[in-house]
Amino acid sequence: MNTYDVIIIGAGSIGVPTALSLSKKKLKVLVIDSQHSPGQVNNKKAIGGIRATHSDYGKIKVSQKSIEIFSTWKEKYGDDIGWIANGYSFPAYNKEDANKLKELMKIQHSFGLNIDWISPEEYEKKVPGIRTKDLQGSTFSPDDGSASPLLAINALYFESLKLGAEYKFNESVNDLYLENDRISKVVTNKGNYRSKYVINAAGNNAKQVGKLVGIDLPVKPDSHEGAITEPVERFFGPMVVDMRPTEGSANYYFYQNNEGQVIFCITPAPPIIGTDSDSTSVFLPQVAKRMIELYPRLANLKVRRTWRGQYPMSPDGFPIVGKSKRVNNLINAVGMCGQGFMLGPGLGELLANIVTEELSNEDKKALKSFDPYRSFSNIEQFK
Amino acid sequence: MVSNRIKEHPILPIEKKKNIFFYWNGKRLTAKKDEVISSALFANSIKIFGHHHKDDKAQGIFCANGQCAKCTVIADGVPVKSCMTTVKQGMKIESVEGLPKLPETDEHQISNIEEVAYDVLIIGGGPAGLSAAIQLGKLNISILIVDDKSELGGKLVLQTHKFFGSVEDSYAGTRGNDIGKMLSHEVKENDKITVWTNSIALYVYKDRKVGILQADIYKLVKPKVILNAAGAREKFLRFKGNSLAGIYGAGAFQTLVNRDLVRPTKRLFIVGGGNVGLIAGYHALQAGIKVVGLVEALPKCGGYKVHADKLARLGVPIYTSHTVLKANGEESVESVTISKIDANFQPISGTEKTFACDTLLIAVGLESVSEFTDEAEKAGITVYAAGDAKEIAEASSAMFNGKIAGQMVAKEINNDVTDIPQSWYDKAEILKKEPGKTFEYNFPKQEKGVFPVIHCLQEIPCNPCSSICPTNSINMIGDPIMDLPVYEGKCVGCGKCVVICPGLAITLVDFRNDDNYPTITIPYEVKNHTVNIGDKLICVDIDGKYLATLKVEEVIDTKNNKKTQLIKLKSPKNIAKKIVSFRVQDKEVTQPLEMDTPEIDDDEMICLCEKVTAKEIKKLIRQGITDMNQIKAITRAGMGPCGAKSCDNLIKQLFRQEGVSLENVEKNTRRPLFVEVPLGKFADGGKK
Repeated sequence: MNTYDVIIIGAGSIGVPTALSLSKKKLKVLVIDSQHSPGQVNNKKAIGGIRATHSDYGKIKVSQKSIEIFSTWKEKYGDDIGWIANGYSFPAYNKEDANKLKELMKIQHSFGLNIDWISPEEYEKKVPGIRTKDLQGSTFSPDDGSASPLLAINALYFESLKLGAEYKFNESVNDLYLENDRISKVVTNKGNYRSKYVINAAGNNAKQVGKLVGIDLPVKPDSHEGAITEPVERFFGPMVVDMRPTEGSANYYFYQNNEGQVIFCITPAPPIIGTDSDSTSVFLPQVAKRMIELYPRLANLKVRRTWRGQYPMSPDGFPIVGKSKRVNNLINAVGMCGQGFMLGPGLGELLANIVTEELSNEDKKALKSFDPYRSFSNIEQFK
Repeated sequence: MVSNRIKEHPILPIEKKKNIFFYWNGKRLTAKKDEVISSALFANSIKIFGHHHKDDKAQGIFCANGQCAKCTVIADGVPVKSCMTTVKQGMKIESVEGLPKLPETDEHQISNIEEVAYDVLIIGGGPAGLSAAIQLGKLNISILIVDDKSELGGKLVLQTHKFFGSVEDSYAGTRGNDIGKMLSHEVKENDKITVWTNSIALYVYKDRKVGILQADIYKLVKPKVILNAAGAREKFLRFKGNSLAGIYGAGAFQTLVNRDLVRPTKRLFIVGGGNVGLIAGYHALQAGIKVVGLVEALPKCGGYKVHADKLARLGVPIYTSHTVLKANGEESVESVTISKIDANFQPISGTEKTFACDTLLIAVGLESVSEFTDEAEKAGITVYAAGDAKEIAEASSAMFNGKIAGQMVAKEINNDVTDIPQSWYDKAEILKKEPGKTFEYNFPKQEKGVFPVIHCLQEIPCNPCSSICPTNSINMIGDPIMDLPVYEGKCVGCGKCVVICPGLAITLVDFRNDDNYPTITIPYEVKNHTVNIGDKLICVDIDGKYLATLKVEEVIDTKNNKKTQLIKLKSPKNIAKKIVSFRVQDKEVTQPLEMDTPEIDDDEMICLCEKVTAKEIKKLIRQGITDMNQIKAITRAGMGPCGAKSCDNLIKQLFRQEGVSLENVEKNTRRPLFVEVPLGKFADGGKK
C-alpha cells in the first residue's frame, strides 16, 4: 500500500493550494478527487474576487497571505493567472448601511487594512454611470483584487506536480478506517492509501467525509448562480457589492475581470439548499433587474454564459478549519462559505504549518476564527 | 464602390427594395431597407469588420447565424452582431478594433418577464419543425413554434435546387425555397399554431421553463412537451491560415447569396464534397460567382453523384483524394494551397497546387444541435427530436421524420391519437439513406423515335421521374424510392422527366426528325450564363469530358417548367446519348497559379473566438490532460462567444490524432446561454 505524509480529500480551492504548500515543505502528498481534473466542482464557479477586507482577524490574515501569493504569482512562476488589483467597493444607498460599513472600517483599520470611505462623486469616477441617487458614499479598498480561478488553480496544480505532489482523479473516497482514534487507511473505489495526516477539503462533500469517521461537520451547501459577459474595454474599476437585501435575494456583486468581461453573482434569499448545479430561469431576470437599476450602462452588455455552483455554508458564515479532537490525524478545512478561492492559498500555508507543527502566534490567532469547536453564534454580516 | 448585389438570378425572384443610407467608419454607403448589417457591408465590398483584440487579425463573417461574434460591429455606439442586426437609415456603423467600448447610457426599462404556457414547444421552423407542426395542428392543442430567422422555412429558404426524396412524402422535384413557402403557409394558416419568428431559444432551464428571446423581448415558456427541430451546425476544419477573413461555412454563404442576394465573393474555392459543398458550388454558379475548384479528402465525393456530376459538367474541377494545406493572404484569403493525400490522409509532397480565390467555403460535415434535447431531459420535460437535430440527413428526410415526431408528440398529449404505422418508419429509413451503389450506364438501344436517357447511376432516395411520367414508362428497378430508374415503354417526348429531375440527369434524344442528327434536350438552371439560339455550346459527358461543340437550336423557357430551361441541340448520332450538359465556366478560371506561395508560420487555429492554436492544445494533451474542461480553463478554448460550437470537434480530433481514445476524455460542459444576449433584455419584459 502507498504511504504518504498527507492525504488531501478534494482537489479544489483548498486542496490544491494546500498540496502546493505541503510539497514546498518536502512532504509526500496525495490529493484524491472524484472529478476528472482540479477545481471542477465549485472552484471554477467562483467569480474570482479576492479581498482581505473582511470583518475578522482570521479571514483577514489568511486573505492577505492569499493576495500576496496571487499578486506575485506571475513574477515568481511566470504564468498569468489574471490577477488585477482592481479593489473592492461596498456602495451604501442608505444611512444605515453607510454607518454599518463605517463601523466595520474601524475594525479593518485596526488590522492595518487599506480601506477608505469615498464620496459619491469620487465613487462615480471609479464606476462611471453608476446610480448616484441616494448614494451615501462607498468603501474602497484598492489592495483587493481579482484573478481567474481557472488559471490560478491550474497554475498551482502544475507547480505542485513539479514539487512531487500526486493526484488521483476520478477516484472517490469510500471509507476511512479508524485505528486507535487515527485514520489508518483511506479507501477509495480504486485503492487503499495510508498517511500520517488526512485533510478533509471536500467542499460540498465535507459533511459526508466527516461522517465516515463519525464526526458531524455543520456544512450545508447552498446554490448560487453566476454569469459572465462578453469582453469590452475597461469601463469601471472595483468589484461592486450591493449589500441591500430585497425580495428573493440578498446581496449581489460584479466586477470587470482582466479580460474585460463582467462577472456577476447573486445570493438567493432564502437560500437554496442542495447541490443541484443545473441553471434555473430565476437567476438572470432576478440579477439583471437589480444590476440595471443600479448601473444602467450594463444593459447593452451581452451575457455570454451562466452557471450554478454552491457555497458550502457553515452556520455562522466563517470557515471551519482545524484538527479534529476525536480523530487525531484528521484536519478539517471545510465550510468556506463561498470564499474558498480567495482563502485557498493563504489557508494552504496555514494547513501546512498545522501539519508540520510550525504554527506562529499569528497563525494560532487566525485559526481561532475558524475553530471547529466554536459556538457558531456570531454571524458574519459582511459576506 | 462596386456593388455586389445579385441583380439577376435564374431561380430567385429579385424584389425591389428601398435604398437607405448608412455610414461605415464615417463613409456614407447604401443599403437595402430591412437587410442585416453584414449583408449591407458585403454588398459594398466590405468583408473585414474589425480586428480581434487578442491577435489583431482581421474579423469578418463566419456563421452568419448569430451563433458566434466574429462579425461584431459597433452600430450607433453599441457592439452588435452584424449578421443579426438590421441596418437602419442613417446608422453609424464602425469596425471593432480590439475590444469594443460599452456606450454610456442612463436609459433603462425594468419590468417583469412574461411567462406563457403551451402544450408543445417546437424549437426550429425548418423542414422538420414545420412538418411536425402541420401534423400536430390537426389536434386541438396549443403549439408554439419558434425560429430565430425572420421567415419560417429554415434552410429550405436557402435552397434553389429541386428536392430529392419521394414525390408523395417530401415534395421531391420541387425547389427547396418553394417547399419552405408551402410549409410555412400551411403553418401560418393554422390558428392552433402560434409562430414566433426572430425568436431564439436560449436554454431549457431546470425549473422546466424555456428562456426565449422573442423579437428582442425575453419570455419564459412552459411547455408540456418539447420538440427539438433546431437543425445542425457546420463543422470547422483545421489548417494553416484557417482564421483568415473569407473562410466560412455553406450556411453563411447561402444566407448571403440566396437570402440576401449579395455576392460575397468573386472566386470561390470549396472544401468538402458532401451534398452541402456540392450544392453550395452550384448555388455559387447560379449567383454568377466563379467556382475555382472543390477538394474532397476521400477518393469519391460523399454527396450524391448527380450533384457532383452537375458541378463537374458546368466546369468546376473536383479534386478527390486532396486536402487543403493552407489558406494564404494578408488579412483575407487571397489563395489556397491544396495537395494530394495518401491512403492515410497525409499530404504527398510535390503535389501542391495553389489557386487564386477570395473565399474558402468549408463544408466538411454537420453536427446535430442536440443541446435542447439534453437540457429538456435534465429538466424532466418530455422531449423529441426531429430533422438534423436528431440525425444528419437530407431535408426530405427531415420533413418525413418531422411528421413522425409530430405524431409521437401528439400521442404523448392525447393517447387517442392513432398509432404510427410501421410503413412510416420504413419510409423514414429509406429517405435518410446515404447514397448506395453506383452502376454502369445502361443506354437505351433504340435509335429511332424519342426516348429519355437516364444519367442517374447511383442509388439515392429519389423518385420524381417515375412519378411524373404520363405513360408510366419510367420505373424503379426494385425499391420505389431508392433504386435506379429505368426507362422502358412508350415515351411521348413530353420532357416532364427532364424538367423534374433534381439531379438534371435526364436528357431526351429525339430521332423523329432526323435519323442521323437527333435532337437532344438538356435541362439548364444557370441561365445567368445566358444561352441563346445559335450559340455554340461545349457539350460534355456525365463526367464533364468534352464530346463536341454544338449549336443551340431552341431554348424553351416556360412557366410550367418552373425555371428549368430546356436547351435543344442537334447532335451526331454516335454521341447523342452521351451528352448530358455543356460547360459554362471558362477553363481559365480554374487554372492553378504558377508561382509558389510563401510558407506561412501561422499555426492551425482551433478556437477562433479566443484564438487558441492546435499547438497550444496538443501540448496539454501530451502532458496527459484528458479533461476538455481543463483545456478550456487553461487555454480559454471554448470560452468565447460561440460556446465551443466550432472548437469542440476540433479538440476531439486532436485527442484522436494524439492517440487518446475519446472514451477516456471528459467532455466539455455546456452551459446557458445558447447565444449571447444583452443583460438589459433580462431586466425588461417589454411591458410599459
